[in-house]
Amino acid sequence: MKGYTWRISLILIFIIASCVYLTPTLVDTLPKWWSGLLPKDKIHLGLDLQGGTHLVMEVETQKAVEGSLDLIATDLEDSLTSQNLRFKKIGRLGGDKVQLTLYDRGSADKVQALIKKKYPDLETLPVFDEGGFVNMQLRINEKEAQVRKDRAVAQALETIRNRIDQFGVSEPVIQREGLNNIVVQLPGIKDPKRAIELIGKTARLEFKLVDESVNAATAAAGSLPEDDELLFEKRTDPQTGAVSETPLVVKKKAIITGELLTDAQIRIDSQYNQPYVAIEFNSTGARLFDQVTAANVGKRFAIVLDSNIYSAPVIRERISGGSAQISGSFTEKEAADLAIVLRAGSLPAPVKILQNVTVGPSLGRDSIHKGLMAGLIGVLLVVSFMALYYKLSGMVANLGMVLNILFLMGALSALGATLTLPGIAAIVLLVGMSVDSNVLIFERIREELRLGKTPHAALDAGYDKAFLTIMDSHVTALITAAVLFQFGTGPVKGFAVSLSLGIIINLFTSLVATKVLFDAFLDRVHVKRLSV
Amino acid sequence: MELLKKTNIDFIGMRKVSFLVSGIMAIIGLLGIIAIARGTANMGIDFSGGTEMQIKFAQAASTQSIRDALAKAGVKEVELQEITGGNQVLVKMHKSTGKSADQVADALKAGIPGNTFSVESSTEIGPSIGEKLKQDTLVAVALSMLGIILYIAWRFDFKFGVGAVVATMHDVLAMIAVFYVMHREVNILFITAVLTIAGYSLTDTVVVFDRIRENMHKSLKDPMITIFNKSINETLSRTIITSVTTFLAAVSLFLFGGEVIHDFAFALVVGVVVATYSSIFVASPIVALWEKHAVETKAEAA
Repeated sequence: MKGYTWRISLILIFIIASCVYLTPTLVDTLPKWWSGLLPKDKIHLGLDLQGGTHLVMEVETQKAVEGSLDLIATDLEDSLTSQNLRFKKIGRLGGDKVQLTLYDRGSADKVQALIKKKYPDLETLPVFDEGGFVNMQLRINEKEAQVRKDRAVAQALETIRNRIDQFGVSEPVIQREGLNNIVVQLPGIKDPKRAIELIGKTARLEFKLVDESVNAATAAAGSLPEDDELLFEKRTDPQTGAVSETPLVVKKKAIITGELLTDAQIRIDSQYNQPYVAIEFNSTGARLFDQVTAANVGKRFAIVLDSNIYSAPVIRERISGGSAQISGSFTEKEAADLAIVLRAGSLPAPVKILQNVTVGPSLGRDSIHKGLMAGLIGVLLVVSFMALYYKLSGMVANLGMVLNILFLMGALSALGATLTLPGIAAIVLLVGMSVDSNVLIFERIREELRLGKTPHAALDAGYDKAFLTIMDSHVTALITAAVLFQFGTGPVKGFAVSLSLGIIINLFTSLVATKVLFDAFLDRVHVKRLSV
Repeated sequence: MELLKKTNIDFIGMRKVSFLVSGIMAIIGLLGIIAIARGTANMGIDFSGGTEMQIKFAQAASTQSIRDALAKAGVKEVELQEITGGNQVLVKMHKSTGKSADQVADALKAGIPGNTFSVESSTEIGPSIGEKLKQDTLVAVALSMLGIILYIAWRFDFKFGVGAVVATMHDVLAMIAVFYVMHREVNILFITAVLTIAGYSLTDTVVVFDRIRENMHKSLKDPMITIFNKSINETLSRTIITSVTTFLAAVSLFLFGGEVIHDFAFALVVGVVVATYSSIFVASPIVALWEKHAVETKAEAA
């Protein structure tokens, strides 16, 4: 009766907005005046429909084994020191051994007992004397090394999946190939280079103390003390783009590593308008950070990522509370990517890109064509059934369904969501739900008409009575979709996006859009019989 | 046009038969789930892994011709993906087909004569759906079931929530049962189909429940069973029409969608039938019996 102008205008606005967002998808070349705020992105299609980048990566698993031997060496150093056992040197030897150099046989026996207890899986080689010292070697056997390599690939797979998920590429395919390889397929993304960099970054974050007693400028590799190393701090000048490298001598041993992080977020420094990454430590990390900063006030602290120094600030005061920040001369995108890799964790070993090609849709072009045809036939069947069964009212329902599909496509495009075959399944379900809402209303109207109500009264009563039912059925479906969206990854997530958007849109079209058509019609034309 | 006039069928009265049928389906479905969990069911490449071959043709070959050539030689359940540029194609093959890379090469030689090709590489690939992904999805499904019970319990009654979830689980189990018995492939598309149907089934059930609630408020004196039967009958024409339309959409995907989405469409078709059945014969009878039992015990106590 009253106030259907705002309803009609709302519908028109949605129609126009959807069309605007879908224009880049439907038109091959955008006209010249199409610029500024107008959307330029085509609707994102998933791998199954569109294809994308196919990467084969090799996990350098030997490095993972070496890394774990390094960890064992560091750990042994700590335990020996804490038990007052004197040693000259502990370090990795080659790819499969850790060597301990001790001063006398007596401590060698104690050390051996300790190792037996801590690392029963490691093989101890016979002790031998060399240059007045006692040498002990621990070897990791083939089988144990293989287990570690295997675990490294599995872990790399998981980390890469996390990173891609956080990068926002939905629907990747990530699988293991052969012994050491990982295959990643990313659906058509705009910036594959950035994605590849993000995936390939080892992201080993370490905090190391700067050794100020050595002059970095003159230090050569040979003249460094045993426990120091020479690293470089790279700075890119934001104006000229020139890269400068500042050498710094730091302690080899990392005080805190990336494993102790719980969160990393990109923030913008309000004073200099510079992006930085804010990090949070877990309780162990926070305690360590507190102790280290308290003991080293006035000294410099290097933040090292993959052997590059990001920044080396001076510790001004003790920092407790477990949060810190990494600043450096990076762009917002770089800072965002850094936050992603820190959150997703480091790769257990570096990866090498073996193959980088572009692939076609995994469903095959032929089947997509068939699938679309089949979908079209299905929709036509439903449309004719509704027209036949509910006559004019059925046509109103059909119009509502078309609006539904249009709005959903527009929304997917506006949100930059990915459409995949599971997403199309969700649309089929949406067609079902859209028809269902109308059927519910029409059946109610028929019931009211049977009771002898006038067309207008029957229409109102029908919508009224169906309202709660439609709400309940949509809310329950929305609960499922929302949970799947929150917890699902990959294909399940894409499905959930299409489904939840579709449910909300359908609520609008079935309760507002079709109703206004009926209202407007019944107000203008005096009908004796409702065509339902 | 009207398909159904006013009906008066005693649906709750048929529960002995329907519970028996559903019970058997559910048990087969559970067996199917056990088989899936143990990996002994017919799992797709995404779950079990397989062999990936990279083949380079001398001239362009369409995916359809390759698919046909492979199908003729009995190499089914393959995924084909073109590599842009250089007439290359990725062939992903299911482990359980028992076909080797050599057999694929032979099939292509016989099926696409005159187009020479070389096999660039052939490697074992692992599943693209890892353990974590499986776990995440299971957690998500469990949480959404809980969410639904809570919502329906708030809007209706706890019993209705349980009834709706049982009916939905029933449909999921029944779909798994059909796929298990027919030895069809369980892959990510099947999982999607199951989730789709779970949503559909839930809607179907809630509509019937809504009418029951309305009728319960209207006539407090009628016995529960009568109210339930009446409500199912009143919503019957809607249930049938919605099922028919959804069925039409699913069947056209099944008939015209091509072999790649054949199984997926089949799962949808099965699901629509089962979901319609369960909203009438499973969800409501469970709640009706529960309600009736509750009313009787209350009467005895008084």
